[in-house]
Amino acid sequence: MDEIFDIFLLEAIINGILFGGVLALLSLGLNLIFGVVDVVWICYAELVMFGMYTVYWLAGVYDINIFIAALGAIALVSVLGWLVHVLIISPILGTAPINQLLATGGLLFFLQSVATLMFSIEFRNLGLRLPILEFSEMYFSYARLLAFGVALVGMVVVYLFLTRTYIGAAIRAISQDREIMVLMGVNAKKIYWVTASIGGGLAGLAACLLVLQYDVHPFVGISFGPITFIICVLGGLGNMIGGFIAAFILSIIISIGGLYSEIEWGYVFAFAFFIVMMFIRPQGLLGKK
Amino acid sequence: MLDLKGVNAGYGSFQALFDISLNVKAGEAVAVIGPNGAGKTTLMRVISGMTEPFSGEMEMEGKSLSSFPPHQIVELGIAHVPENRRLFPGMSVEDNLKLGAFAKTARSDSAKNLEFVYELFPRMKERRSQLAGTMSGGEQQMCAIGRAIMSGPKLLLMDEPSAGLAPVVVQQVFSLVRRIREEGYTVLIVEQNVQQVLQVVDRAYLLEAGQLIDSGKSKDLLESDSVRKAYMGL
Ligand SMILES: Nc1ncnc2c1ncn2[C@@H]1O[C@H](COP(=O)(O)OP(=O)(O)O)[C@@H](O)[C@H]1O
Ligand SMILES: [Mg+2]
Repeated sequence: MDEIFDIFLLEAIINGILFGGVLALLSLGLNLIFGVVDVVWICYAELVMFGMYTVYWLAGVYDINIFIAALGAIALVSVLGWLVHVLIISPILGTAPINQLLATGGLLFFLQSVATLMFSIEFRNLGLRLPILEFSEMYFSYARLLAFGVALVGMVVVYLFLTRTYIGAAIRAISQDREIMVLMGVNAKKIYWVTASIGGGLAGLAACLLVLQYDVHPFVGISFGPITFIICVLGGLGNMIGGFIAAFILSIIISIGGLYSEIEWGYVFAFAFFIVMMFIRPQGLLGKK
Repeated sequence: MLDLKGVNAGYGSFQALFDISLNVKAGEAVAVIGPNGAGKTTLMRVISGMTEPFSGEMEMEGKSLSSFPPHQIVELGIAHVPENRRLFPGMSVEDNLKLGAFAKTARSDSAKNLEFVYELFPRMKERRSQLAGTMSGGEQQMCAIGRAIMSGPKLLLMDEPSAGLAPVVVQQVFSLVRRIREEGYTVLIVEQNVQQVLQVVDRAYLLEAGQLIDSGKSKDLLESDSVRKAYMGL
C-alpha cells in the first residue's frame, strides 16, 4: 500500500514538472515583455489561443504538415505580439500604468470576441492521440514529455540570445537604466519591437505545445493566463529566473493537489500557496526591495 | 571638432542653458566649470542626444547633430560618461563594456577596444564577471570610462568623473584623464574640482546660471583672481 502510494506521488511530481515546462515558457515571455517595456500584457494567454487555432486550422483542417503548421503559428503570434505593441502599447507608453492595464485587458475581451465570431465557441482538437509512456508503473503522456522538452529548448535558445548577442544585452540592460540606452547607441523602439516579437513567438511556441494536449476554444486563455501571472508575480515580476522557479513550484503543487482530489483542488492549493507567499515575500521569490 | 552656436536648452518649460556657443578642437582637452545647478550636466546631455535642445546649432566634424536621431550621435564619435556613472548595476563588468560597443560602427573594433580598456584598467579585467553595482566608486568610474571607450569615440564627454570619490581616488581619476588625452582622445570634461581639472586641460569655459560668462587658457584662469576667489576659495 505504502509503496503504491509513493509511486503515485512520484508520478504526480514528475507530471507537475513536465506541466511546468510550458508554464515556465509562458512566464518567460510575459516577464521578458514586462522587464523591457514595463507593461503587463493581460491578454498574453489570448495570443496563445490564436496560436492554438492556427495549428488547429493548418494541421487539423487543411492537413498541412504539423511542423510547418507549428512554425506558421509561431510566426503568426510573433507578428501579433509586435502588432499589440505597435498598435496598443506604443501610443500610450508614457501615460499612467492603469491605461496599459485597461488597454491590454480590453484587448483580452476583444480577442476572445473575435475568436468567438471567427471560430464559434465549439471545442476543437487536433484529434492526435499521442501514446502514453509507461516507466516502472508510472504513466506519462508523450505530448507532455514533448512539450516539456521543446519548452526547455525554447528557453535555452532565449537564454543564449539574451546572453550572447548585442540585442540580448540591450534587452537585459534596458530595464536597469532606460534613459542611458541612447548613449549606447540603442534605439529603444527597436528593442521594444524585438522584445514584443519574441514574447509573441514564445506564446506561439507554447500554443503549439498546448494544442497537443488540450482542446482549443475562444476562452482557453483563462486556463493559462491567470496562472502565468501568478507565476510571474510569485517569481518577482520581470525576474526571468524567479519565474522559471515559480513555474515549477506551482505546477508541482497543482499536480500533487490533483493527486489527492480533483485537479481543481490543485489550483486551489496553488493559489493559497501564492497568497501566503505574498504575505511573506510581497516582492516575489527573487524580486528586489 | 565640436562646435556649438547659440544653443538653448532645458526641461519642459524650464530653460537651463542660454545661448551657449563653444568649440573643442581635435586633440584638445577642454573643461566646463561652474557651480551646482549651472547647467553643466544639461550641456553634456544636449551634446550626446539625451536631451533635445530648444534651439541652436551643434556640429561634430562639420555634421549637424540635429540631423541624426539621438541614438546615432554615438556613431559620430561622441561618447558620454554620464554624471553618477550610470552603469547597469545588475550586469557584469564585461556586459557593461559590451553594451558600450553596441553601435554598429563600434562592433567591428570591439575586441581591440576591449583589450585596450583592459590594458588601461587591469582592474576591470580582474573583475570582468563581477556585477558592476557591487564595485567601489572608483572602479565603477573606470568601468564607465571603459564603456565609453568601447564605442571607439573621438570625443569623450565626462561629467564630473571625480564626484563622490575618496581623495586618493580623485587623484587617480585625474591622472587617468591625462592618460586618455595622451592616447589621442579629445576631451570635454565637467568638474567641480576646479584646481585639479585646470591642471589637465588646455582651456576652460565658466558656466553660471546657464550662461557662459568667461573662457580662457587654463594657465590664465589658474592665475585669475576672480576664478581663484569664486571656485577655489582662495
Ligand atoms: N530632469 C530635469 N528636469 C527639470 N529640471 C532639471 C532637470 N535636470 C536638471 N534640471 C535643472 O536644470 C538646471 C541645471 O541643472 P544641471 O545641468 O544638472 O546643472 P549642473 O550639472 O551644473 O549641476 C538646474 O536648475 C536643475 O534644477
Ligand atoms: Mg551636474
